[in-house]
Amino acid sequence: MLIKTKKSSQLSEQQVTDESFYHSRRDVLKQLGYLGAGSLLAQSASANAGALDFFSSKKDVLFQQQALKFQQASESSQILTPEAKVTSHNNFYEFGTGKGDPVENAQGFKVDPWQLKISGEVDKPFTLGYDDLFKSFPLEERIYRLRCVEAWSMVIPWIGFPLAELIKRAAPNSRAKYVAFETLYDPEQMPGQASRRIGGGVKYPYVEGLRIDEAMNPLTLMSVGLYGKTLPAQNGAPIRLVVPWKYGFKSIKSIVGIKLVEHKPPTTWNMLAANEYGFYANVNPDVDHPRWSQASERRLTTGGLLARNRIATLPFNGYGEEVADMYKNMDLRKDY
Amino acid sequence: MSVTTVNNITFKQVFLNNRVLLLKIAIHLLSFLPLLALYVLAFSDQLGADPVKEVIHFTGIGSFNILLISLALTPLAKKYRQGYLLQSRRLLGLYSFTYAMCHLLSFLAFEVQFDFALFVDEIIERPYITVGMVALLILFALALTSVNTLKRKMKKNWQRLHNGVYGAVLLIALHFLWSVKSEIIEPGIYAVITLFLISLRRDKIKRWFK
Repeated sequence: MLIKTKKSSQLSEQQVTDESFYHSRRDVLKQLGYLGAGSLLAQSASANAGALDFFSSKKDVLFQQQALKFQQASESSQILTPEAKVTSHNNFYEFGTGKGDPVENAQGFKVDPWQLKISGEVDKPFTLGYDDLFKSFPLEERIYRLRCVEAWSMVIPWIGFPLAELIKRAAPNSRAKYVAFETLYDPEQMPGQASRRIGGGVKYPYVEGLRIDEAMNPLTLMSVGLYGKTLPAQNGAPIRLVVPWKYGFKSIKSIVGIKLVEHKPPTTWNMLAANEYGFYANVNPDVDHPRWSQASERRLTTGGLLARNRIATLPFNGYGEEVADMYKNMDLRKDY
Repeated sequence: MSVTTVNNITFKQVFLNNRVLLLKIAIHLLSFLPLLALYVLAFSDQLGADPVKEVIHFTGIGSFNILLISLALTPLAKKYRQGYLLQSRRLLGLYSFTYAMCHLLSFLAFEVQFDFALFVDEIIERPYITVGMVALLILFALALTSVNTLKRKMKKNWQRLHNGVYGAVLLIALHFLWSVKSEIIEPGIYAVITLFLISLRRDKIKRWFK
């Protein structure tokens, strides 16, 4: 049977949500009121989720976020996912496999001091400390759609800088064909790394990779914040990757190592189940996950169970104009 | 002193005389109230970032839990000679079916949002959903035939049909195990419990093949 999907030109973001929910991001920020309100909402969201979770534990220490200075994105017609949802619905298995586990378990995560090492096939390897992450490059806001391989999606106002800027500064040599990323390995802080039960059977540290042209694409962002502040721990503080045309698992969190390499690096989910998760993992409505359809997705915004939020998934998550050229000679059914 | 003793005996007797009723009331409260709370929170968007996923997971696991409890009752009743426990099996079975129906209808209404083409495709093309659907159909047949009049009319065939519960619970265990991305420990524990409860019926199952 055929699944009918609309052409990309037919889809408008406004169609997915009741008009009363339609508002620009400025209004969302206004509604949230002030910086602290977001985290209060996040707390209440997780408290409610916990009403049915007999094993939830309360954490008193709240992870500290700081306001950031950045160039704001231009007005967007996209409906943002509320901050409380962005910060309480996370796949970050280092802090547990449940969507609500990271916000519960990551509140004590220490990110300062931090070291991000850029090395490998480069002439000028360097290391960034915690403060350098926010000072070395001009910060800008990017409103991106995030499409999870599990067929839900969000719209998130990230703050960061292009990965290309970071790589250029390291002066890669001609052998640099791929970029390999690595998450912090610290089982004392990350319960999922200490226990197979909590960490979902993933081999840690989490590793990811991009081809060099993908890494240099202007869309590829190193994010250090969202919703005007530094990243919450559960979203991958202090620095994470955001590759908006690929499934979310490519956007590796809490990065300590970026290495330019000659050969395609191993990637975590590909090692775990190669038939389900490819190296490229470009968002593609025509290639289903073996166990579920990727033709459509549920956009998480507001409105409980009755939110009519199922929308068509677009090739490259709607970023085809900027990225499709990189794959023009490839069979994306084979290289999923 | 003597009054207290008399009272104690009275309470105990009242309890013993009504224990089936009390057990059923407890089952109703413990099964229905969480379901009600779940949907109230979900409709009002107070169930985390993705209430759809919460509802689907809770009703699925809930159905499995209740079915496992109902399957544990027979061996428990035999071992501890508490025959009255058996009288709550139908109620538990019906609640397990109710949760399973909520699971499927929530998938249809809130996950695929009445996209019937997608709904049918998912059931046919995804083995783990196919398996879950077959289990639900079995539970549906058992629920339909659970009334006493049908039980009497069907005679031997009733027990034959209701042995299908073992097939259903195995399919549910497989459905759960197959649905996760990598976190197989929890569904693994469920699978072990399922196999254990079925192994307690090995004599009965052996007889079918004679």
